[in-house]
Amino acid sequence: MLYRRNPQLNKNGELVHLLSIEGLPASILRQLLDTAESFVSVNDREVKKVPLLRGRSVFNLFFENSTRTRTTFEIAAKRLSADVINLDIARSSASKGESLLDTIANLSAMAADIFVVRHGESGAPYLIAKHVAPHVHVINAGDGRHAHPTQGLLDMFTIRHYKKDFSNLTVAIVGDVLHSRVARSDIHGLTTLGAAEVRVVGPKTLVPSDLAQMGVRVCHNLKEGIRDCDVIITLRLQNERMSGALLPSAQEYSMSYGLSREVLQLAKPDAIVMHPGPINRGVEIDSAVVDGVQSVILPQVTFGIAVRMAVMSLVAGNDAN
Amino acid sequence: MKILIQGGRVIDPASGLDRFSDVAVAAGRVVAIGGAPADFHANKTIDATGCVVAPGLVDLAVRLREPGHEHARMLQSEMAAAVAGGVTSLVCPPDTDPVLDEPGLVEMLRFRSEKLHQCRVFPLGALTRGLRGEVLTEMVSLTQAGCIGFGQADVPLPTLQILLRALQYASTFGYTVWLRPQDRDLGTGVVASGPLATRMGLSGVPVAAETIAIFSIVELMRLAGARVHLCRISSAAGLELVRKAKAEGLPLTCDVSIHSLHLIDTDIGYFDSRSHLKPPLRQQRDRDAIGRALADGTIDALVSDHSPVDEDQKTLPFAESEAGASAVELLLGMALQWAEAGGVELRRALQVLTSAPADIVAGGQDAARGGAGRLSVGGVADLCVYDPQAEWVIGADTLRSQGKHTPFSGYAMRSKVRCTIVGGYLAFEA
Repeated sequence: MLYRRNPQLNKNGELVHLLSIEGLPASILRQLLDTAESFVSVNDREVKKVPLLRGRSVFNLFFENSTRTRTTFEIAAKRLSADVINLDIARSSASKGESLLDTIANLSAMAADIFVVRHGESGAPYLIAKHVAPHVHVINAGDGRHAHPTQGLLDMFTIRHYKKDFSNLTVAIVGDVLHSRVARSDIHGLTTLGAAEVRVVGPKTLVPSDLAQMGVRVCHNLKEGIRDCDVIITLRLQNERMSGALLPSAQEYSMSYGLSREVLQLAKPDAIVMHPGPINRGVEIDSAVVDGVQSVILPQVTFGIAVRMAVMSLVAGNDAN
Repeated sequence: MKILIQGGRVIDPASGLDRFSDVAVAAGRVVAIGGAPADFHANKTIDATGCVVAPGLVDLAVRLREPGHEHARMLQSEMAAAVAGGVTSLVCPPDTDPVLDEPGLVEMLRFRSEKLHQCRVFPLGALTRGLRGEVLTEMVSLTQAGCIGFGQADVPLPTLQILLRALQYASTFGYTVWLRPQDRDLGTGVVASGPLATRMGLSGVPVAAETIAIFSIVELMRLAGARVHLCRISSAAGLELVRKAKAEGLPLTCDVSIHSLHLIDTDIGYFDSRSHLKPPLRQQRDRDAIGRALADGTIDALVSDHSPVDEDQKTLPFAESEAGASAVELLLGMALQWAEAGGVELRRALQVLTSAPADIVAGGQDAARGGAGRLSVGGVADLCVYDPQAEWVIGADTLRSQGKHTPFSGYAMRSKVRCTIVGGYLAFEA
């Protein structure tokens, strides 16, 4: 009941941590996307570096395994001339019983400027952001099922790159929305940037009806869900969903919700197909679609570097106070 | 010790007494309300002008963390917190470490708490050994040692067969079984199911976890003829089932926590672990139904559900943090705030804190009446004197409990306990 300020913003409303897209004004999202735009060209240069974060230290703290996200954060930090330290916490201090905040305190004592955090529990980056020194910035690289804001931003960047304007777009997010932090960040990004319609598509075990309160249309039928869409975001189906009695088998899921070339015909002819990776070919999406002309899955990865450069350079320039 | 409390507004919710008068206490009993006997010479006089003199509070859910936290002197601090909150009797759940499943442990707890001369402690014994849901505890011996009922705290029973047998055995001897209704399998989440849980990516506990459990309990208590007290109801749908069972005349009572009475799931804010509670905070319509049900008597008692949690266990990601909040010092203020905001009369607000919970502790046995939870001439002198106009702000520095975490942190409270008398002994004075 007490008013609490969005912990990502300082009192001037500037971004000091990136924890979730939720609650960020459209102006900040556009600023991030515009900044990323300016970094795309850096990636095409012969010397792929700018000195924006020279002398700063970026700590990649991954309490959960990741290859792609961690690598793109590392490349992004290096292109900003920062020093990058990768810590595989899953295999070090946490297994020796050190608490999350003790780990953070110790690393802060090593003069960290930015923590890039991935954690299996929803909300963990909020706890860290609350306890770091004012000059330290926290970037959420995925927390539980809650948020994956840099993935959400790179998805927005990709959509804007191909579709220019959000206001006429119909976007379908297909798959395991319940367990997907990417889906939540995409939903907040799309609704904030004014997409005309956002649909979430999947069986009731993976697409709860409560999602409607996030401003999306809930569909349980794939054909209905992707009809006349401009953008289709397919989500990865984790193998453990079968053991939790959420689905009978990957084959049956593929039959009802897998994106095939035939089903894709229901979308607009110029629709683009996205996927946050890693892909299960033949489960949530057919190879013919992954490798087809409408797929923008690899450009997503490339844009991810520019977007993460934008996030790091922006938060580093804003003071917590 | 003879105590004279002068000039207060004396309220006894059980009898309806409500008038300005003096209260004289001697030899552990109330000897006069109004004019003290001619030969009464007080050793101590308390000026209660502007204050309310009420029966001491009976809190049905206070974790003292003993046995388990003797090294931290937790029993001392939490009992001091209780009397500072006007509580003169408290019931502690059996989920201590070790679990209260042996008479020796119960005797030791009672012995140690009595030595502190603070409030009365009524332990609940474990319903099954180690709360494991396999073997029944020695309920007769535990009752002789001082247990006033049996329960499973927050640990659900694994099967309905065990529940049925536990109810049958307990009812053989007329014991009350205290159960927090939550289905074992559906109740594994950390927040209430709903839009908030979905948006935040936290696992939810559906309302059905509570209704299914209440439905099972009611069916089986009918079969076993047992008396049941439901602890910490959290949903509007659950209250409907309770209302029906009570209308049928089943010996069923229930309580609710101050948290469920005042807060809803969105009070979790940005993953604030202080709002990580059991049962989880539900939605607005549930809170509204709880407020009405407490007023109309569907809910019998208001409890603090005091569960002190140390700093380390709260500074963790939400789902990993330990559930619970420090609350015993807030019980009175939260009841008064509910009554004022909801237009409920003061007598009812005090009743849900005093005579109603005292009747639940008595378990339907008249022998215990005329004692705790009442203020009458000849009755036990368990009293609470509070100033309804003294403001204070809830915070780590104003709480006596070792647990400093509460979702009410930063709230202004408008009522403060001035003194607490337990058995004629001045246990607390501000």
